[in-house]
Amino acid sequence: MIKVEGLTKRYARTLAVDHISFEVEKGQIVGFLGPNGAGKTTTMRVLTCFLPPSEGKATVAGFDVLENAMDVKRRIGYLPETPPVYPEMEVVEYLTFVGKLKHIPSNDLRRRVNEVMEKCAVTDVRTKLIGKLSKGYRQRVGLAQAIIHNPDVLILDEPTSGLDPKQIIETRGLIQSLAGDHTIILSTHILSEVEQSCERVIIISQGKLVAIDSVANLTNRLRGAEAVVVELESTGGRPNPSEVQQRLEQVSGVSRVVMKDSRNGRLAFEIESLPDRQIRGDLARTVVNAGWNLNEMRSIGLSLEDIFLQLTTSEEKETEKVGVTT
Amino acid sequence: MSSVLLICQKELKSYFASPIAYLLMAFFGLIFGFGIYTATRDFMRFSFQAQMQGQSVPINLNQQIIQPLLGFASTISLFLTPMITMRLFAEEKKTGTIELLLTSPVTDLQVILGKWLGAMLLYVCILAMSMINLALLFAWGKPDIRPVLVAFLGLLLQGGCLLAIGEFVSILTSNQIIAGGVTFFVCLMLWLLNWFTSFDSGTTASIVNYLSIVTHFDNFSKGVIETKDVIFYLSMIFFALFITSRAMESRHVRS
Repeated sequence: MIKVEGLTKRYARTLAVDHISFEVEKGQIVGFLGPNGAGKTTTMRVLTCFLPPSEGKATVAGFDVLENAMDVKRRIGYLPETPPVYPEMEVVEYLTFVGKLKHIPSNDLRRRVNEVMEKCAVTDVRTKLIGKLSKGYRQRVGLAQAIIHNPDVLILDEPTSGLDPKQIIETRGLIQSLAGDHTIILSTHILSEVEQSCERVIIISQGKLVAIDSVANLTNRLRGAEAVVVELESTGGRPNPSEVQQRLEQVSGVSRVVMKDSRNGRLAFEIESLPDRQIRGDLARTVVNAGWNLNEMRSIGLSLEDIFLQLTTSEEKETEKVGVTT
Repeated sequence: MSSVLLICQKELKSYFASPIAYLLMAFFGLIFGFGIYTATRDFMRFSFQAQMQGQSVPINLNQQIIQPLLGFASTISLFLTPMITMRLFAEEKKTGTIELLLTSPVTDLQVILGKWLGAMLLYVCILAMSMINLALLFAWGKPDIRPVLVAFLGLLLQGGCLLAIGEFVSILTSNQIIAGGVTFFVCLMLWLLNWFTSFDSGTTASIVNYLSIVTHFDNFSKGVIETKDVIFYLSMIFFALFITSRAMESRHVRS
């Protein structure tokens, strides 16, 4: 549905987007992740025909953003970072205006306006001036504006910013309900949001594509190393924490043991394995053979947050290195 | 075409949703009213004196009141233009609504024309304030209506020209004050051009003089429609709107 090849966007001196290529299938929800200034908004602006690319090609539903801009514009709904609302208009008036702007036939317009107001939960403020609305309501009016013409592709720049937790959950639900018929690209800085609502993740950093994969794959790929939490029972300083730590460190495949807690008769350790080593069995055996009471053992997966940091910071380190050598 | 009208309608609505439209109409109404009061008073005194001295001076409402007044109106419109056009694009760029317009299935040209038309209609509303005063003249005097209509046509053409220039300036910045200030400066320069050259007669002088917006209004205020003046205004409008659309394609200008 969306195809981006070697997309590059240059501003006067800075390279905002550097040869990015990716594809999005019809009906997918794709999360666009990256630190501030990574080029997320720029990429979205190119896809919506707001900015022309400096190099490379981008097509939406087979239409080129430069050559067939009109066909692309007809098929996309776009919610920019700041909702594009006119403060001097009422909500209904605004949505009617946008509906006409998007060429919705006039006999269908009223129904569509009511429908999206219902979907985005702004019906209760329908006759209020948008300028008087809170940020959350404005954001939802912005979302209503993006979906009013039932576009094939939805491009949402931080759709949940400014919403309260309940609204965030509702908006996520709304976005998920739109998937299937619509292809959705959403950018966000909230990682849990991507984990919950996206099928695929595109991570970019400093204008470069760092990773593109499904959320599950990405987590697995980077989870070469396993992290395990082991908790023992201890009474009166026995067993001796440093002794336990020493013994655990000797287990084969263990790379690091960190003591987390030693209060209230508990001894908790976080243990990381070397890549691709199963250590849980050996750990359990060691503990039991030593005669200690094992309270709990669980493995903790690396969160998307860790992966994100790993990917984007290693990128920074690399460029730092380049900076030093040149 | 419907998109042009839609945007035009939206522009008009936002002019009238804020005090700006009413303020400009009130300012113009006041200044024009004051102008017509002084002109009529002097006209009365003059014709009264002429009668007392037994002279039969040909007195003419058109020449002595309406013509100078509409010339005066053309000068006032130089000051009104920046206030009308400064928000056209600058405001949309500041609030981010430009992203909605430019990612909707409308062409750049439709947006530009719609906005220009909206500004024109507000300008017409402002000019209409002078009708109140002129109606009084027509009620008690017998001025010729044709030169008045021609002068209004001139005012519309001149206004369209200045508004198109203002629209161009507005697209270059997201700061309304800068948009207004620069537009005012440009309008003033176009007005002053014929001052600079009033005692020159070289080729340069005549070219500079030709570019002055005000010189082309003279014939209209006399009730004469000259093709070259109409063409001058129309080509200026076309040129200003054209460079606006060129500027819109540039990425510097978009965000």
